[in-house]
Amino acid sequence: MKENLSYQEDLASVRNLMERSSKFISLSGLSGILSGVYALAGAGYAYQVIYDGEIRRTISFYFQHPQDVYQLCVIAFLVLICSLATGVFLSLRKAKRKGQSLWTISSRKLLINLLVPLVAGGLFTLILLSRGYFGIIAPSLLIFYGLALMNASANLFDEIRYLAYSEIILGLVAAFNPGYGLLFWAIGFGALHIFYGALMYRKYDR
Amino acid sequence: MRNPFDFLDKLLEHRTRLQIMGVLVANEAFEFTELRELLQTTDGNLATHLKALEREKYIAIHKTFIERKPNTRYKATEKGRNAFKKHLDAMEEVIKHQRN
Repeated sequence: MKENLSYQEDLASVRNLMERSSKFISLSGLSGILSGVYALAGAGYAYQVIYDGEIRRTISFYFQHPQDVYQLCVIAFLVLICSLATGVFLSLRKAKRKGQSLWTISSRKLLINLLVPLVAGGLFTLILLSRGYFGIIAPSLLIFYGLALMNASANLFDEIRYLAYSEIILGLVAAFNPGYGLLFWAIGFGALHIFYGALMYRKYDR
Repeated sequence: MRNPFDFLDKLLEHRTRLQIMGVLVANEAFEFTELRELLQTTDGNLATHLKALEREKYIAIHKTFIERKPNTRYKATEKGRNAFKKHLDAMEEVIKHQRN
């Protein structure tokens, strides 16, 4: 039989361990902030591509100018690659600093949970794009991204679940407002990432 | 009324064994090396506690080969999960009991 204090310590230590072992704690809030910044920069550049003149372009315009669509895709793809690279780099750095390994059973599971809906959504959105459903591209990306985050949230910080809800709601609202895809894209991938990234940075990174 | 101490699990009174069970309850599976890294114990110490938990069938061992290297994974069994939960509840009871 042990001392009361010792039971309290045991309880605290095991709770802490359960949390630490199941969550991907190496995720840095800074990578959220930075990927938000990349997304806003990308959106700003895309804005110049789309609205360089007086006229607001209609869907039929894009049918006649596939090179603009192609350029927008390249911008989005670059933002994605930069965000992923930053995320991996900062997670590696954080894991190293804390002396933990990044490649665990939990993190592998997390990756699968995240990637399956994300890749399915990415492919689905490309199919939409190839068939000319331009008005639904941004909502589709936002909703699938939100669902992917939701699916992976069991192994992530709680903030990610709120980010997931926000992305899904935003995607649905965006679907009601075709023509404002870029704006919703900038909010969803830019502003929301910066907001939740900053929350996480304040709470876990310092 | 029964004494809350009666519900404590003798096997889980040891902190390392309690921690192992906690990790395996919170996760689907864990490898030996991952456990050692997380709990910061020695090979021998960890192996002894794992063996004790296995003997009571609180955990199950899955041995496989990944690229010809032996890989050992540990999972909590249903019995182990129940025992862990009961022990945690009992610990909370004891703390509450002693506070009053």
